[in-house]
Amino acid sequence: MARYFTDEHEWIDVEGDTATVGITDYAQEQLGDIVFVELPDVGAQLAKGKDAAVVESVKAASDVYAPISGEVIEANDALDDDPALVNSNPEEEGWFFKLTIADKAELDGLMDAKAYKSFCDEL
Amino acid sequence: MRYLPLTPTDRSTMLATIGADSVDALFADVPAEAQLDGPIHGLPHHASEMAVEKHMRRLAQRNLAAGDAAFFLGAGAYRHHVPATVDHIIQRGEFLTAYTPYQPEIAQGTLQMLFEFQTQVARLYGCAVANASMYDGSTACWEAVAMAARVTRRNRVVLSGALHPHYAEVVRTMAKFTADTIADAPPAFQARPDDDGLIARIDKETSCVVVQYPDILGRLPDLERIAEAAHAEGALLVVVNTEPVALGALKSPGECGADIVVGEGQSIGVGLQFGGPYLGLFAVRDPKHVRQMPGRLCGETQDAEGKRGFVLTLSTREQHIRREKATSNICTNSGLCALAFSVHMTLLGEKGLRQLALENHRLACLAAERLAKVPGVAVLNESFFNEFTVTLGRDARDVVRRLADRGVLAGVSLGRLYPQASALAEGLLVAVTETTTEEDIDTLCAALTEILA
Amino acid sequence: MNAPNASGWKPGTPVTVDHAMDGPPTVTGNRALMLEEPLIFEIGNSETTGVDFSSPPPEGEGLPNRLGGFERSEPINLPGLSEPETVRHYTRLSRQNYAIDLGLFPLGSCTMKHNPRLNEKVARLPGFADCHPLAPIQTVQGALGVIHELSEWLKALTGMPAVAMSPKAGAHGELCGILAIRAALEARGDVRKVVLCPESAHGTNPATAAFAGYEVEDIPANADGRVDFEALEARLGPDIAAVMITNPNTCGLFERDFKRIADAVHAAGGLVYCDGANFNAIVGRVRPGDLGVDAMHINLHKTFSTPHGGGGPGSGPVVFSEALAPFAPLPFVEKLDDGSFHLVEEETAQEHHASTFGRMTAFHGQMGMFTRALAYILSHGADGLKQVAEDAVLNANYILRSLEDVLAAPFAHSGHCMHEALFGDEGFGGGLSTLDLAKGLIDEGFHPMTMYFPLVVHGAMLVEPTETESKASLDQFIAALRSVAERAKAGDETLKSAPHYAPRRRLDETQAARKPVLAWQDPPATSSAPAGTPSRSERGGR
Repeated sequence: MARYFTDEHEWIDVEGDTATVGITDYAQEQLGDIVFVELPDVGAQLAKGKDAAVVESVKAASDVYAPISGEVIEANDALDDDPALVNSNPEEEGWFFKLTIADKAELDGLMDAKAYKSFCDEL
Repeated sequence: MRYLPLTPTDRSTMLATIGADSVDALFADVPAEAQLDGPIHGLPHHASEMAVEKHMRRLAQRNLAAGDAAFFLGAGAYRHHVPATVDHIIQRGEFLTAYTPYQPEIAQGTLQMLFEFQTQVARLYGCAVANASMYDGSTACWEAVAMAARVTRRNRVVLSGALHPHYAEVVRTMAKFTADTIADAPPAFQARPDDDGLIARIDKETSCVVVQYPDILGRLPDLERIAEAAHAEGALLVVVNTEPVALGALKSPGECGADIVVGEGQSIGVGLQFGGPYLGLFAVRDPKHVRQMPGRLCGETQDAEGKRGFVLTLSTREQHIRREKATSNICTNSGLCALAFSVHMTLLGEKGLRQLALENHRLACLAAERLAKVPGVAVLNESFFNEFTVTLGRDARDVVRRLADRGVLAGVSLGRLYPQASALAEGLLVAVTETTTEEDIDTLCAALTEILA
Repeated sequence: MNAPNASGWKPGTPVTVDHAMDGPPTVTGNRALMLEEPLIFEIGNSETTGVDFSSPPPEGEGLPNRLGGFERSEPINLPGLSEPETVRHYTRLSRQNYAIDLGLFPLGSCTMKHNPRLNEKVARLPGFADCHPLAPIQTVQGALGVIHELSEWLKALTGMPAVAMSPKAGAHGELCGILAIRAALEARGDVRKVVLCPESAHGTNPATAAFAGYEVEDIPANADGRVDFEALEARLGPDIAAVMITNPNTCGLFERDFKRIADAVHAAGGLVYCDGANFNAIVGRVRPGDLGVDAMHINLHKTFSTPHGGGGPGSGPVVFSEALAPFAPLPFVEKLDDGSFHLVEEETAQEHHASTFGRMTAFHGQMGMFTRALAYILSHGADGLKQVAEDAVLNANYILRSLEDVLAAPFAHSGHCMHEALFGDEGFGGGLSTLDLAKGLIDEGFHPMTMYFPLVVHGAMLVEPTETESKASLDQFIAALRSVAERAKAGDETLKSAPHYAPRRRLDETQAARKPVLAWQDPPATSSAPAGTPSRSERGGR
């Protein structure tokens, strides 16, 4: 399994033809207390760079863009009951959705953990 | 200039602090050609309190107040007795001159009241959640249509032909700009609402069906049947109520399966006020739809010491955060009218509201019975609450005008509401509330008898 | 700096001991006049009513029933209170609110000015208050007269030829203006897709444009806090339907280039919407019509003193240029040659107002606000309204210059402000924020200013004193804000837990949004639930 990061502060775990997507620890830290996550419907076709989810704190709503294109096969229903998972465990239990990968080439150019860390350090 | 506390001495002291020579210097950013050279010409100058009051009183006296006539108007605005306590409370400065409760630590009065109001509305409508109010019933109706499109991701709206024509017109106006299509029907002039015709227009593309209960002619549609038909096609049922007192006697729309219930709250506490400000009520039956709701919501929470308190919540739906992605552009509610509603509803309580509803219905039945005996008059409705339709055998607009000259406000002619539908021209909507006396009913009957003879 | 307190106002003895409000606990949870109040659902019941009916209530069989079989069988569960309990409940609640009647309420862009009680009195005259919107026209000539008279004032004060009175609030007025713009463009077969709004715009502007089916694009601001004219001009083209610009803007500054902007937009075939939220700064001194505006809403509750009522009702008439007047919504009032008034509704619109874009609301607008606004306008007259604008601007500049040494004032260098002074959070210590300063101001007995708006200034604080504050009141506010600002810069930790003396400490908004409790749930009856099971609300409220 490989983990990639985007400059929009999302992480992507790739396993075979499927990917799991969430937001990074850095992102949750910036957003503050997360109160709600609006997830895509299962079956939705996501296009890279287009709206995929919305993550809300008390006074802000931030769009989460699809890091790669594909069809949503599962959404993390646990976030409905407990959006705080995104704060407490953003890079595991707080995942957002899984999708089938439409085009593996879209993974090219994404960052690995080390590159992402230095990206954040420079912000 | 009694509202302006600064003295000439204050003004010069302050200008010195600011470092400006004159007040004109403060307006230096306004281009010279846009600056006026003094008070706008041709307009009156300031006036004393006494003079203004006299002027306003003279204008008010040119109106025939409902209380000074035998009065039977309804059609979305009803005259009910408002207890004196209501007006006293809403004139307390802490309510009247407060702002939107954005600083909850010093706005618990407004916030707790809104929480109570939301609960009262939700219970009256048989719903899970109500918002903190909208502008009025007609705009709440449009917002419900827009919300149904967000929930169902469909854009075809089926409007009952017996929806208040002004409400329908608001929906049609807005739909022109949002690419919603409207499946409309002309009002059918029958003893019963055309539920079958309405159901036949629901299809797989339908986002919502909008039904008024009681409808514009005062009749009662079978909401449960319509809800079932709507849900079978994946559409939402939006029920519009313009007379909340009716729900003291009738099954609630939520209980009948309505998904969104909206209405006009003016009957409880607000008064006629020539059409505004009124009080838009908005509720949803299923709590999962809350995040698609428009308007302010007040929620319970606790403070840093663990004491119960209330805040405006789920604000990320709203324009000040979401901007062009907000569920609505609405930025106010009808706060003071919501307070009036809540105070009046608290005074009534369940017992009072039920008594009020029964009294309205009893008097309306009496009026229908007596009007039916006037030669030339026929009562259209099979069912009604406190408002029904009669036919007069001639253009009702003319009859209404002639009765008004005699000091009788007989009702709302259908010709006024439906100028294009000549088939309805003989119809008159008659509303009867607890403020109507038997003497008023007899006055109306006698005047009608003379005019129709 | 000049002495900010030349009027001689003296603060009371400052509280020097920590926890000065702390005494022994009380059984009730009350603190003398600070009274806790339960919910009506906790103190009322279904059997109590505070209303009597003159005739004995009808009961039992044999009553007429024409409800068609739809009678309610389930209880509604609405608690009632007797009249004395009701008065006490709401009076106690009222005392937990801050209000203009209590003190200066400096919410920038909201314009919390004194609400004259004459306005309340005239709005309650039976001829206005007890009058049905569909009453025969010959019986409501006075009400139509009020609408007409106010319309004439609004047209004269703005220099615009037409006005739509029906919009129910400012945002509704914005929608009215944008719909008229869209209707006008479509009438000339010109489909345009984009509306431009400055970043500093109020959220209703982009929300309105989106609601009306437009894409929204930002207009950049320049370093002075004004619209960047060159950038705007460069973006104009055949796809731009309109610009929406607030003037004076939300940074409290007059848009010097407004006329140039309007001319450029018109030259490119677009139309100009002006958000009139801040009209109170220029009323009587500047007419927006002279600046090339096509549509502008006027918040009667801001400029013309109708009460804010804890969040509404508002009222948002929209003035129109000649280009947009034919598209104005129904209904509206016309004065006939014989001096009587006529209401143009759907019935007569076909004849001479066929281009109307439609109807925005069931009836004629916020009549109750029209009577109040008219009483206010007549009280001030043309000369008084000019003084209103001047005093509002004077008061704001007095605050700006009295505090710019202690609070960052990002646009103070560019000249005088209009009716509101904008500050930022630069220089705050100890991780303190604008929110902390605001809560500290609550402890000093003031409602905070508008926070975090406009978005173009970090930690923005927008202070609008209005013209109805005396110099002594301003001096007291300045002293309080100066003190709190100094504490914020010094990193005073106690601000983080402010307010200390309000009816509630800081409220947990995260919990409120994560687990929304939006209606009261009665605790289950003791017979059917285990003893002590708390209701959902009780769990939240412990």
